[in-house]
Amino acid sequence: MQNLRVTIERGPDQPNAQREFDVPAQANQTVLDVVSWIQQNADPTLSYRFACRVGMCGSCAMMVNGVPRWTCRTHISKVLEGDSVTIGPLRNLPVIKDLAVDMDPFFDKWVAAEGVHHGALTRDDPIAPVDPAEAARGQADAGIECINCSVCYAACDTVTGNPDYLGPAALQRAWTLLNDSKDSARNAILEAVSGVGGCHNCHSIGSCTAYCPNDLDPLSAIAGLKRETAKSFFKRGR
Amino acid sequence: MLNLRLYMLQRLTALLMAPLVLGHLAVMIYAIQGGLSAAEILGRTQGSALWFTFYGTFVVAVSIHGAIGLRSILHEWAGLKGALLEAVMWLAGIGLFILGARAVWAVTFA
Ligand code: HEM
Ligand code: SF4
Ligand code: SF4
Ligand code: FES
Repeated sequence: MQNLRVTIERGPDQPNAQREFDVPAQANQTVLDVVSWIQQNADPTLSYRFACRVGMCGSCAMMVNGVPRWTCRTHISKVLEGDSVTIGPLRNLPVIKDLAVDMDPFFDKWVAAEGVHHGALTRDDPIAPVDPAEAARGQADAGIECINCSVCYAACDTVTGNPDYLGPAALQRAWTLLNDSKDSARNAILEAVSGVGGCHNCHSIGSCTAYCPNDLDPLSAIAGLKRETAKSFFKRGR
Repeated sequence: MLNLRLYMLQRLTALLMAPLVLGHLAVMIYAIQGGLSAAEILGRTQGSALWFTFYGTFVVAVSIHGAIGLRSILHEWAGLKGALLEAVMWLAGIGLFILGARAVWAVTFA
């Protein structure tokens, strides 16, 4: 194969921008390499986002043939249909330009789910021990490798249909903190995930878990939140 | 769009309906043995506190469950929200209750 036939879904404000590109095939080439080649060699007006190129920063996610993926860790040979591939902006988020989406709603919901550290100690207190063998710690550890890439958020049909829904990543972080012995805001977290956009809107279809590039399992984290909020409902009536 | 209270109401009514559905199926299979007649059905239900409670609970549960379920679908698939969504949910629930309660009343007291 000499050339890859690449289609880029350009922003709605650029009806005349070039969409079809022929990109030289390499023996070893990621989707992000393909996008970068186009921007550097064919059309410098193409906008996209990346930083680390090694699956750490979570900034390079795009729709590749309709599937949300981290493009820096996706080999092009894995996604080619014949010699063609279509690359578009991440689903469920507003497009800024071309392949760059506005991640603000994603991070705003992260905060709305109380996905922030709630410490109770000061610098004068002794360091609280964390027991790695504790069951709750295991639950917390299961979700802490999240890189905020929003792939799960793009994969979730409930987010598409229900714009208030906090989404899998934010709820998984809430579950992580709920199980973290260093976090002191249990009731605030339960409250935050029980509102109109909370975990109870999830239909447990599991696209989040199926598509997370880090093999995390937001579906089970959300099931955990549903369990804990149900217990709290019987105990406290809310 | 679904908060904890609506979620619990929908799941608890589903829990309530699961055995009722099985009971309902069992009665249907039992009732059609040797033909089915209105007189036979009414003979079982008329003035019966047991069947009134059985089907009455069913009607209340399905009104709540179905109305909340419809709410989810209408929000996610038709974009209904706010006061309109609330109104349609309540209308669906009250409508289901009237339809069901009328039938339960008829087979028990009429
Ligand atoms: C044994 C009886 C039943 C059980 C166990 C049951 C259970 C459930 C559950 C668990 C859901 C939530 C699905 C989700 O959100 O992902 C649901 C949704 C729903 N149910 Fe039922 N249900 C039962 C009977 C009925 C009946 C008789 C009706 C008709 C009135 C009904 C109408 C609905 C509707 C409209 C939804 C919304 C669909 C959705 O949210 O995905 N259900 N049901
Ligand atoms: S399981 Fe829940 S959070 Fe995950 S994709 Fe489905 S609806 Fe979204
Ligand atoms: S849970 Fe997975 S897919 Fe979702 S933001 Fe975190 S790393 Fe990305
Ligand atoms: S560029 Fe950082 S995760 Fe892909």
